[in-house]
Amino acid sequence: MSAVIEGHQDDHHHGPAKGITRWLYTTNHKDIGSLYLWFSFIMLFIGGAMAMVIRAELFEPGSQIVSPEFYNQMVTNHGLIMVFGVIMPAFVGLANWLIPMQIGAPDMALPRLNNLSFWILPAAFGVLLATFFMEGGAPNFGWTFYAPLSTEYAPPTVTYFIFAVHIMGASSIMGSINVITTILNMRAPGMTLMKMPLFVWSWLITAYLLIAVMPVLAGAVTMMLMDIHFGTSFFKAGGGGDPVLFQHIFWFFGHPEVYIMILPAFGIVSHIIETFSRKPIFGYDSMVYAIASIALLSFVVWAHHMFTVGMPIAGELFFMYSTMLIAIPTGVKVFNWLSTMFKGSLTFETPMLFAIAFVALFTIGGLSGLMLAIAPADFQYHDTYFVVAHFHYVLVPGALFSIIAAVYYWLPKWTGYMYDEFMGKTHFWLSFVSVNLTFFPMHFVGLAGMPRRIPDYAMQFADYNMIVSVGAFLFGLSQLLFLYVVLKAIFYGKKATGQVWEGAQGLEWTLDSPPAYHTFETPPNLEAGEAKG
Amino acid sequence: MYLKKLILCLTALFLAPLSFSAWDDINMTPGVNAIAQEIFGLHMTIFWICVVIGALVLGFMVFLIIKYRKKEGVEPADFDDNPKLELTWTILFAVILVGMAIPATTTMIKAYDDEEGDINILITGHQWKWQYEYMEDEVSFFSNLLTSLDARNNIAPKTENYLLEVDEPLVIPVNKRVRFLITANDVIHSWWVPDFAVKQDAIPGFINTAWTYVDEPGVYRGQCTELCGVYHGYMPIVVKAVSDSEYKDFIQGKRDLKAQQALLTEKLWETDELFAIGEEVYLKNCVACHQVNGTGIPPVFPALAGSEIVMNDKGRQVEILMEGVQGAAMQSYAEQLTEVEIAAVITYTRKAWGNDAGGDGEIVVPKEILDYKNNKL
Repeated sequence: MSAVIEGHQDDHHHGPAKGITRWLYTTNHKDIGSLYLWFSFIMLFIGGAMAMVIRAELFEPGSQIVSPEFYNQMVTNHGLIMVFGVIMPAFVGLANWLIPMQIGAPDMALPRLNNLSFWILPAAFGVLLATFFMEGGAPNFGWTFYAPLSTEYAPPTVTYFIFAVHIMGASSIMGSINVITTILNMRAPGMTLMKMPLFVWSWLITAYLLIAVMPVLAGAVTMMLMDIHFGTSFFKAGGGGDPVLFQHIFWFFGHPEVYIMILPAFGIVSHIIETFSRKPIFGYDSMVYAIASIALLSFVVWAHHMFTVGMPIAGELFFMYSTMLIAIPTGVKVFNWLSTMFKGSLTFETPMLFAIAFVALFTIGGLSGLMLAIAPADFQYHDTYFVVAHFHYVLVPGALFSIIAAVYYWLPKWTGYMYDEFMGKTHFWLSFVSVNLTFFPMHFVGLAGMPRRIPDYAMQFADYNMIVSVGAFLFGLSQLLFLYVVLKAIFYGKKATGQVWEGAQGLEWTLDSPPAYHTFETPPNLEAGEAKG
Repeated sequence: MYLKKLILCLTALFLAPLSFSAWDDINMTPGVNAIAQEIFGLHMTIFWICVVIGALVLGFMVFLIIKYRKKEGVEPADFDDNPKLELTWTILFAVILVGMAIPATTTMIKAYDDEEGDINILITGHQWKWQYEYMEDEVSFFSNLLTSLDARNNIAPKTENYLLEVDEPLVIPVNKRVRFLITANDVIHSWWVPDFAVKQDAIPGFINTAWTYVDEPGVYRGQCTELCGVYHGYMPIVVKAVSDSEYKDFIQGKRDLKAQQALLTEKLWETDELFAIGEEVYLKNCVACHQVNGTGIPPVFPALAGSEIVMNDKGRQVEILMEGVQGAAMQSYAEQLTEVEIAAVITYTRKAWGNDAGGDGEIVVPKEILDYKNNKL
């Protein structure tokens, strides 16, 4: 790689192309990163609007604004969009922007593949959203699409859903190949693996997870396709098939998928906490080992989603123990973050506020996860709002907060302009209060016995559901403020310096803000210094 | 009105932890038998362990935030690891987890006991109702949601057991070991009664087992907990635990009813009579999909009004009711409804919504359904 760059003598710096073709044909990691992030931002509002419909319907007992059928479509597409259309693309966008800049590479290793992996995503979601306007309506079987509800009993649009999932999977696999190739081949001289910034480490491991499980998801939906159209009986009990097989395959994909949505967050939060603590990250090595062990464990815990399907007791116990083990590396990470803050010199700019909230609320989500791991107790928790509370705690104040923190943290670097700190903090406090108002009471309604995915509920759940709905509306509105802060920074922000944050470490901060269209065309030499970050 | 409620709710949210009476409404039910109570105890143990860990972590965090905020002239430390400390807390986590795993394992073993019961009940999940079959007594019936459409649509007032009431509850005797054999007819459902701590998926092609032993007579309510289609939220479970003698009466009553219904097929029926019964049956069993006015929700649930089969093909219509439709949501009603009910509902659909005028207008009498059944044998 370096040989190519050394032979490139002319000093010709070409900027971006003009007009729409810049974005359509771009192979530049910064452009593609921005595309991913904006795509994810738009999908956040679409998926969020669906959540608002759900909460409006559940505001009071009784039918409110939509039919049970449309309610199920909302639940399904809210889940699919938030998982595949918001969290995952946002992390890929961050990977595109940051990995080359953090490892001192000029771009991603496979730029044309990069362009393709982005541009098939809008196609996939176009197909998925188009089902709303088709006969039979959009998918209505939940984001986990359990057979046979998603096969023999599905609306005819399920075929479009299957193709949308295939395209999303292809996009993710291509993106991961690109990330792995870039990280393994294009690090600046002197940046050994154990000197890589933690965000890069977390993405390297995430990319391997993606490559391992996306084909499994593709297999699951292909079997569905065969069952629906070609007369096979993979999941049809009537034809000798096995509906539980679907769940095993789905969760063998699904559990690593859950960690795909949280590992990059660990990387982001590590950077932000060390920057605003003005102190190096505590236990870098154990952070790396913790991410790796969480990733490995994620392959042997899948059936904890299935404690009630009727497994033999040996299975119940195995999956209970393996799931409990995950608490160890996760606990190590939380303690390392706290130790990084210990004896630091802390300031609380918006990214730090979101990062601290991440650690605090992710801990709550982790502890409820530990409760769910206890198989006999899970007989009572399973498929209730307790589970909904748990996974929203790890995905909203978890994954989503880390993405918001990352945007505030790196936005000045990307755009060259500072965001409005007061507005950023306002956004944080509104989000922090409303996210807890939304998801904390869900623990209680779940324990009290409210099943998930129901469009109407018994009278004893009424009070808490109203609180949850109010919290959700507030949280939804607060994210409009986020959009405003980002746009205001881009159009009216104050110039940012290259360093941006006093305590920031890492190669990206040695660049100008905004960085040139092509950076690190000559790799920085780190043989002498430390590049840990 | 909303504002007033909202203020009330918000006040309740902050006061709830202070009042002990509110605690029951927001926690898991302690249950009504030994295993449920043991699971409840396990839940509370783990809950408090998690609360203590959470409080320590969050408390320490608040301490860090206050103590180490940036001050003039104070330099941050620059240590970046402490292997001994890291090893210590890793071991500490492992010890806590082992402490949780031990009681969890013993409870799990107790809950997982599939010895035969004194009474064995086959529970079958259907879209969207439960079927209960007493295996020793050859008694079988369906349990449908009782809450009216008007209550769901906010026209009629909502009662205390809104969405948690059924037309025919499952009746079990107290102080007997009752074993449930759980399966499904179409998609996956899940049979959950929190008071028994029984939640078991009902899966087509599989029979799962669960059991309970109830000491106290009473009515226990639960719901389906696996998304099973449009009306997933509308298939509650009601279990009535009664004394042994009441239980015997119940079984005898069910048997007598079966004998009476068989007699009814011999009766001479008037069209109006059948139409009236049919309308009732239709409103209870068919409206969910085919809608009150027979328009259905095409393409998934076809319309009956103006349907060629309903208007002119009596034979095929009987066949559909008796066998269901392969690959569609339409199930067989041969077991769910009596001969009279099936004949009546077919008659109703052939006479209602103008189908009478558009088609042959022929009616079906219970005898024809009985003959269909006998010919099959």
